[in-house]
Amino acid sequence: MGLLSDPVRRRALARLVLRLNAPLCVLSYVAGIAWFLALVFPPLTQRTYMSENAMGSTMVEEQFAGGDRARAFARDFAAHRKKSGALPVAWLERTMRSVGLEVYTQSFSRKLPFPDETHERYMVSGTNVYGILRAPRAASTESLVLTVPCGSDSTNSQAVGLLLALAAHFRGQIYWAKDIVFLVTEHDLLGTEAWLEAYHDVNVTGMQSSPLQGRAGAIQAAVALELSSDVVTSLDVAVEGLNGQLPNLDLLNLFQTFCQKGGLLCTLQGKLQPEDWTSLDGPLQGLQTLLLMVLRQASGRPHGSHGLFLRYRVEALTLRGINSFRQYKYDLVAVGKALEGMFRKLNHLLERLHQSFFLYLLPGLSRFVSIGLYMPAVGFLLLVLGLKALELWMQLHEAGMGLEEPGGAPGPSVPLPPSQGGKHTGPRQGLDGTEAGSPDLPSTAAGLHRPHQLLTGLPAGHHHGAHCCACQASWAPDPLCCPAGADQPGSHAPWQPVPVAGAAGGATVTGRGLAALPGSASPGCAGAPHLRRPALPTAVPGPLPLLAAFLECALLEVRSACPGWDRDSPRTPFCLLLGK
Amino acid sequence: MAVTDSLSRAATVLATVLLLSFGSVAASHIEDQAEQFFRSGHTNNWAVLVCTSRFWFNYRHVANTLSVYRSVKRLGIPDSHIVLMLADDMACNPRNPKPATVFSHKNMELNVYGDDVEVDYRSYEVTVENFLRVLTGRIPPSTPRSKRLLSDDRSNILIYMTGHGGNGFLKFQDSEEITNIELADAFEQMWQKRRCYHFSFSYNELLFIIDTCQGASMYERFYSPNIMALASSQVGEDSLSHQPDPAIGVHLMDRYTFYVLEFLEEINPASQTNMNDLFQVCPKSLCVSTPGHRTDLFQRDPKNVLITDFFGSVRKVEITTETIKLQQDSEIMESSYKEDQMDEKLMEPLKYAEQLPVAQIIHQKPKLKDWHPPGGFILGLWALIIMVFFKTYGIKHMKFIF
Repeated sequence: MGLLSDPVRRRALARLVLRLNAPLCVLSYVAGIAWFLALVFPPLTQRTYMSENAMGSTMVEEQFAGGDRARAFARDFAAHRKKSGALPVAWLERTMRSVGLEVYTQSFSRKLPFPDETHERYMVSGTNVYGILRAPRAASTESLVLTVPCGSDSTNSQAVGLLLALAAHFRGQIYWAKDIVFLVTEHDLLGTEAWLEAYHDVNVTGMQSSPLQGRAGAIQAAVALELSSDVVTSLDVAVEGLNGQLPNLDLLNLFQTFCQKGGLLCTLQGKLQPEDWTSLDGPLQGLQTLLLMVLRQASGRPHGSHGLFLRYRVEALTLRGINSFRQYKYDLVAVGKALEGMFRKLNHLLERLHQSFFLYLLPGLSRFVSIGLYMPAVGFLLLVLGLKALELWMQLHEAGMGLEEPGGAPGPSVPLPPSQGGKHTGPRQGLDGTEAGSPDLPSTAAGLHRPHQLLTGLPAGHHHGAHCCACQASWAPDPLCCPAGADQPGSHAPWQPVPVAGAAGGATVTGRGLAALPGSASPGCAGAPHLRRPALPTAVPGPLPLLAAFLECALLEVRSACPGWDRDSPRTPFCLLLGK
Repeated sequence: MAVTDSLSRAATVLATVLLLSFGSVAASHIEDQAEQFFRSGHTNNWAVLVCTSRFWFNYRHVANTLSVYRSVKRLGIPDSHIVLMLADDMACNPRNPKPATVFSHKNMELNVYGDDVEVDYRSYEVTVENFLRVLTGRIPPSTPRSKRLLSDDRSNILIYMTGHGGNGFLKFQDSEEITNIELADAFEQMWQKRRCYHFSFSYNELLFIIDTCQGASMYERFYSPNIMALASSQVGEDSLSHQPDPAIGVHLMDRYTFYVLEFLEEINPASQTNMNDLFQVCPKSLCVSTPGHRTDLFQRDPKNVLITDFFGSVRKVEITTETIKLQQDSEIMESSYKEDQMDEKLMEPLKYAEQLPVAQIIHQKPKLKDWHPPGGFILGLWALIIMVFFKTYGIKHMKFIF
């Protein structure tokens, strides 16, 4: 017989697995954790590099010099906003038009699920304002987006100012091959989501948004900007989006190259970049950054309005200007130059960003770990579950086999009640003998129908479980009581009282079926109540018999030669399906 | 008196005789020169300049081709004798901050696009098929004259190709490739047509310049006579680009062609610079890659070959104030026919490179290929068969195998 169908060998294999299982699980878990922690060290973490040919390595010269203009716009915006309390739509429209863009507005509203059904729900409504800069010499087939999400408080006014100044600067250039959309949204993420839904003509969040009057083509990339002060000490970049989705790594590489070019201080997760990766400090800091990124991704929240763009496969980033207590500060011109450079490079794109990685972890802004290298850690952790499931399954079979064997199998965690063991040595042996010696019952796998035996104490010959699963439309196996015709009368002689008793009470089998649930004794077969006792210690009836019951319903192998069974009970289609 | 008279008469007769003899000697010298004039190597020049890559970031390939076009035109080859193939339009690309210009030097020093650029094959017309048809002359009759290479057996042709390439191939338009074998065969077709007269799409001598990565692999397979080849890099090396221009945002030229252009800017139609100088143009210190050249198929010594033989269209002009009495046509024809026969005899020792190593194939034992373990599909198939066998018959049968 084969390795798995030979009961002796199978038992040996099961024993081996069960013995080794616990150490293997521990080892696997430790390996997973260790691999994860090792992700920050050099062979597993690589330097970032630009994969997209079109964005190339050639720098462009930035000419943005609209710092004053940006600040003026910011002051005006803040003043108007304070006056009106909401987004100053009319002022924005006027200013964008004066800068030279095609201006459109979009209104949206959303009934929030707060506070609850008993009170009136909050209704949020707002207006988005966006201006489109058309490409002078190209068809408007593709576009880029620069967006500033404006919340209810008066933050981000410098971002709006910078957006308007950049729009004015970009309007004067002739090298744009894609349209650029300058978007100012109200209520932060709600406005952005409303705009995106209307732009892509979908409605996934139940937002009521008015349709867009002006469109600009497929969006290739987007940058969200959040600036609340005239000077910044560092720029923080956020990449994690909705449900942990990430933009293409090339976009981050682009930002990083412009950071380096402009000498800006750029941070990731609010942490500075470690310069020294050879000693231990660098990797430790990298580990912190990496774990922060994992946590952020796990939260599923979009950490910036860029996160909502990712769902439409638009690569997007959020840049936050942070003003802390450093000595050296950068003004709006520096930030504007970085943005100008990024947009000029994105202008060179011919297709969507697809060359670089979509799934990665970042120990630092210039280092990344690709999914191929961090997946094995997760794999090791999941292997523990698989090993545990295998162990459970093996245990069940061991328990089943242990019921029949004379000395009882040593390994299984299912000790036989001594009364049972002593009494049924004979028939079991006989059963074993017949089993081992009868090649015409090949489908009788040694332990496969044991699980239901655990529950009911029935001999091996009757696979009532499957039969009754279908016939009674309940998963509860037919208790104990075999039908009158046992398959192997000779070996089942001692069992006769039980079947007879059961047959007598055959009509009430159904009712008793339910009563045969673990832990309850069926009155019908009082003749051998001890037979019914599952081979498990009664103190722990719980999961294993249930599991066994489930298993037997799903088992594929059914005793094929079961003449008594054939005679007595009609085969249901389900059993037919199982059996043959 | 009579003596002086006779003396003077004798002197004049002598003088006349001398003059006549001188005249005749001079006349024969002029005639020799005239005959030489008709027997020189090439009579016209053609140029085929090909840029094979598109997209904005391949700006430098278009700039390369246009700079060679510019030099060739400046040195005298007219547009009617130049076939210019550009795979993309950089001058009018929406990303070009200086529309209608293509610069080769940064800070916009040199605009190679100019006002009088005539592009013959543009954009998607630059394909491998069209290129080979141009070379071999198998063009549909409706093709305009500007798109044909109407060379004959007395034409010196310059072929310049640039783009992205690899070991043994050159990429056209990001979608197809031409291999070095196809190119060699095309040149051989051109050579074979030498017998025909009159627009036979052949060549007298051919200069092939290629500026791509691993460019030397493209001329490895040439086997037709009278070809000289130059490449910007050897097999396994990349040709690098020269300068980025931050205002435009792309690299403007490739290094090799940049230095070739600078070299050619010094050449005027009368210069006597020879090919050996062209071979030295871009040393490794400037070019980072190692330019290569191949002259074994060429009849003449490179140091006797003028740059203007290929890059310029030098009309042989000999100014003389004397009258030349040419021989009758038949004699000239006979002499030229004799020459052709002589040429035939000369042709025998022309070099053909070994294409098929027949001797190796026939007389040597086949080389044992290294045995590699079976991989992929075959391995999977065998594993499947073995698995099924053992599943059916049990694992104990394995002992019969091992």
